[in-house]
Amino acid sequence: MDMMLHVLAPELLLLATSMALLVGDTFWAKRYPALTFQLALVSLLMIVGVILASFSTESVQAFNGAFIRDGVADILKVSMLLMTIFAFVFAREYLVVRGIERGEYYVMGMISLLGMMVLASAYDMLSLFMGLEVMSLALYAMIGMHKDSSVAIESAMKYFVLGAMATGLLLYGMSLIYGVVGSLRLDLIYQAVSIAEPSLVLNMGLVFIIVGLAFKFGIAPFHMWVPDVYHGSPTGITLFLAAAPKVAAFALMFRLLIEGLESSVVEWQGLLIILAVLSLLVGNIVAIAQTNLKRMLAYSTISHMGFVVLGFVTGNIDGYAAAMFYVIIYGLMSVGAFGVILALSRKGFEADNIADLAGLGRRNPVMALVMLVLLLSMAGVPPLVGFYAKLVILTNLVEVGMVSLAVFAVVMSIIGAFYYLRVIKAMYFDAPVAECVDAGFATLSLRYGLMTVAALVLVLGILPNGLLTLFAQVMTY
Amino acid sequence: MTSFPLLSALIWLPILSGVLVLMMKNQPTMAKQFSLWSSIGVFVLSLGLYTGFDATTAQMQFVEQASWIPAFNIQYFLGIDGLSMPLIILTTFTTVLAVWSAFECIEDRVEQYMAAFLMMNGIMVAVFSALDAILFYVFWEALLIPMFLVIGQWGGPKRVYATIKFFLYTFFGSVFMLVAFLYMYSQIGSFSLLDFQAMPLSFVAQFWIFLAFLIAFAVKIPMFPVHTWLPDAHVEAPTAGSVVLAAIMLKMGGYGFVRFSLPMTPDAANYLDWLVISLSLIAIVYIAFVALAQTDMKKLIAYSSIAHMGFVTLGMFLLYGILANTGETQGAILGLEGAMIQMISHGLISAAMFLGIGVMYDRLHTREISAYGGVVNTMPVFAVFMLIFAMANAGLPGTSGFVGEFMVILAAFKANFWIALAAATTLIFGAAYTLWMIKRVIFGDVSNHHVAEMKDLSRREFMIMLILAIGIIGLGFYPAPVMDVMHTSVEHLVQQAMTSKLP
Repeated sequence: MDMMLHVLAPELLLLATSMALLVGDTFWAKRYPALTFQLALVSLLMIVGVILASFSTESVQAFNGAFIRDGVADILKVSMLLMTIFAFVFAREYLVVRGIERGEYYVMGMISLLGMMVLASAYDMLSLFMGLEVMSLALYAMIGMHKDSSVAIESAMKYFVLGAMATGLLLYGMSLIYGVVGSLRLDLIYQAVSIAEPSLVLNMGLVFIIVGLAFKFGIAPFHMWVPDVYHGSPTGITLFLAAAPKVAAFALMFRLLIEGLESSVVEWQGLLIILAVLSLLVGNIVAIAQTNLKRMLAYSTISHMGFVVLGFVTGNIDGYAAAMFYVIIYGLMSVGAFGVILALSRKGFEADNIADLAGLGRRNPVMALVMLVLLLSMAGVPPLVGFYAKLVILTNLVEVGMVSLAVFAVVMSIIGAFYYLRVIKAMYFDAPVAECVDAGFATLSLRYGLMTVAALVLVLGILPNGLLTLFAQVMTY
Repeated sequence: MTSFPLLSALIWLPILSGVLVLMMKNQPTMAKQFSLWSSIGVFVLSLGLYTGFDATTAQMQFVEQASWIPAFNIQYFLGIDGLSMPLIILTTFTTVLAVWSAFECIEDRVEQYMAAFLMMNGIMVAVFSALDAILFYVFWEALLIPMFLVIGQWGGPKRVYATIKFFLYTFFGSVFMLVAFLYMYSQIGSFSLLDFQAMPLSFVAQFWIFLAFLIAFAVKIPMFPVHTWLPDAHVEAPTAGSVVLAAIMLKMGGYGFVRFSLPMTPDAANYLDWLVISLSLIAIVYIAFVALAQTDMKKLIAYSSIAHMGFVTLGMFLLYGILANTGETQGAILGLEGAMIQMISHGLISAAMFLGIGVMYDRLHTREISAYGGVVNTMPVFAVFMLIFAMANAGLPGTSGFVGEFMVILAAFKANFWIALAAATTLIFGAAYTLWMIKRVIFGDVSNHHVAEMKDLSRREFMIMLILAIGIIGLGFYPAPVMDVMHTSVEHLVQQAMTSKLP
């Protein structure tokens, strides 16, 4: 089998442009400070174009089966690229005002994205692990970029230590599985596991893998880092952290558990149920007590990831498609919600407390409306797209007979609705506080970007069929 | 005319005009006029449903069916029968009054206020005409958003507490309904309400589905003991908000029972009818006493709404008792028709009461009964109307309030004497709390200089009151036009509710 490099065209393109920007930035950073940003956007858009132009639901393998390009990978990649583009556009002004905007931010972001894209396409435990590490290392560095802020350094440190531990656990699990199966390729693992006798070593490996995955996803009880990291990182980076890496975590889980170990579904299903239930509990209940918007959104992320895991719990293709839909929709909403925080902050004022949004409905009706749409969508109120994300997960749960789990999930989303309502209450019902006069530095691109996100949430909510059908189609292939 | 999508027009025209109004920032007069005329237009359009309605069939009419989310077999499926058509017309009618009533008392962000009511109009019509469970659920929940904002932004001092309570209570109720929908979908692969009504279901499944529906609809109606959000929401809501809440949103719960619970889970309804009947009687008797103790006029009417809605649920669930007793469907039909009439009538009466209180509130900015007294001396015309509405609220013959209550009590006698007796006490208690309030507020000497300065109705207020009074008395003397359109559908419903769905 030859190398079939054209399968990797998007990744190679991203690698080349990010390296070029890394070098180029040192030359032009002083004279044209915006150039790296602009070029980064152009290259990301170009890669989106490349993927869309060659999109197909057929799967092609490269590097002797270590790398696969299929419909699932393409959809995940396009969504990660779009989230990154949104994140770059939204975050730029924030970073500039704080004096931490450097070319490296975009380059790091692109390298991290490269890792995620490799992850989405990995078909071999080695490439999977490589993608994961490329993604994570770049993220650690990004969080630590704001080196004057002790909180940011602290959260970078936390993220690094816990992330390294998770990686260790994952790697250990992988090695145990390798020990049983004797291969790193996911399709060979799949074949071997489906005929293998149930063995303790295999199950041990599975447990370690799931714990590692749970860390990366940030699901309870391995969620401790999420609020601290979200809160401690500069919002411009939290924004990036909260969207595309979650999609990558989905990819990791999908490749490992479904493509590799689906025949052990009985073993991992129970574990995932526990994780999902705990995440929904912790995420929704602890979020109520938060006064900081970033922390609240962090806890809400935990509960959303609980929903994604519920999609896996069903153990069938429709459920995985539902989980994919959920995670992508979540990424979109999350980019938007953090984007609003960015739009309201200005130098010396982070706008990240719920109280800072007081009276936003009067001060800035457009931003308030955007935030309203995003929060209600996260709460799962129709006709916004977040409702369908929850609906498809619940439908699949009920279809496989897990009605009680579905009831639990909806009860938790009622509790969830409460803390989203608290933010809406601050925006619309509370009187504006004197010091937060007008929106900070909402530039035109940020403003229109956020409006686009909100419009997407609404339009996809009214016409969700296209995406749902597409996702079901690529999954069944 | 047959191919004109009338229902879609009734849903989307108000929503679109709401969006248009939203753009009329800083042009309050234009926003008001536009909203009024567009709501009148929608009302006139909705009369087309009445004139084009075929009362001889229980089939769905004005049906529109298109695929919406084929991945889950979710359809854009609309249609009405005799149960939903009167409620749709009530909706468009009430919206006109709600919009018109807000002309002077709302000064802040007028365009947002008006837009919210126009959008609610479209959404509520959609709730009553949706024949796909997910479509129904989407609109059912979407209605919460504008109402939440209306109460929270333009409400009274405790509005935030009230509106969050309102949102969470209703959200809590309806998610169980969603799970019930999903369960039925998993059985037959369709979300069509007609398929849901036709599918066989085991008793255990029916039992749980019935309870899920009960939670959803009981919160909405509201029934004891989940009624506590209503007094708060009513007291804090602006007048038009209270009107829409009482006149229409409560009816969505009653509508849910006849569209979902009775036809979809007849065996469980038969098994659990005692539960609904007991809760209804508690609402009728106990809540009436609670109403007696209120010092806030809006709260009093809010509690009286709960008591009146108790009649609706009572009338709906009497049928199994009647069938067991008499073995014929006449009494069952009587009870259900009474419940439906009671819904329409309560829509008119509660709207009238809340608008009347709104008129007084606009002048004195208090709803405390003790702040008033002798209003008849300064506002004689208003006092006449208020007295008519109060009599209707108390169920005086000749007003619409009498017809529904009388039919339900009559039906109750066929089921069980004691139920009927308990229900009939409402005629006493209802008269007691309503008339006592009227005595303290309207009659007597002028109690203070604030009341002495009150001006009588403006032309606009007079017209609103007159329209409502005509409606209430008209329906009281001649309810036939409403009863005729629903008769066939009610018969069909009784058939469905009696047919066991056990496989």
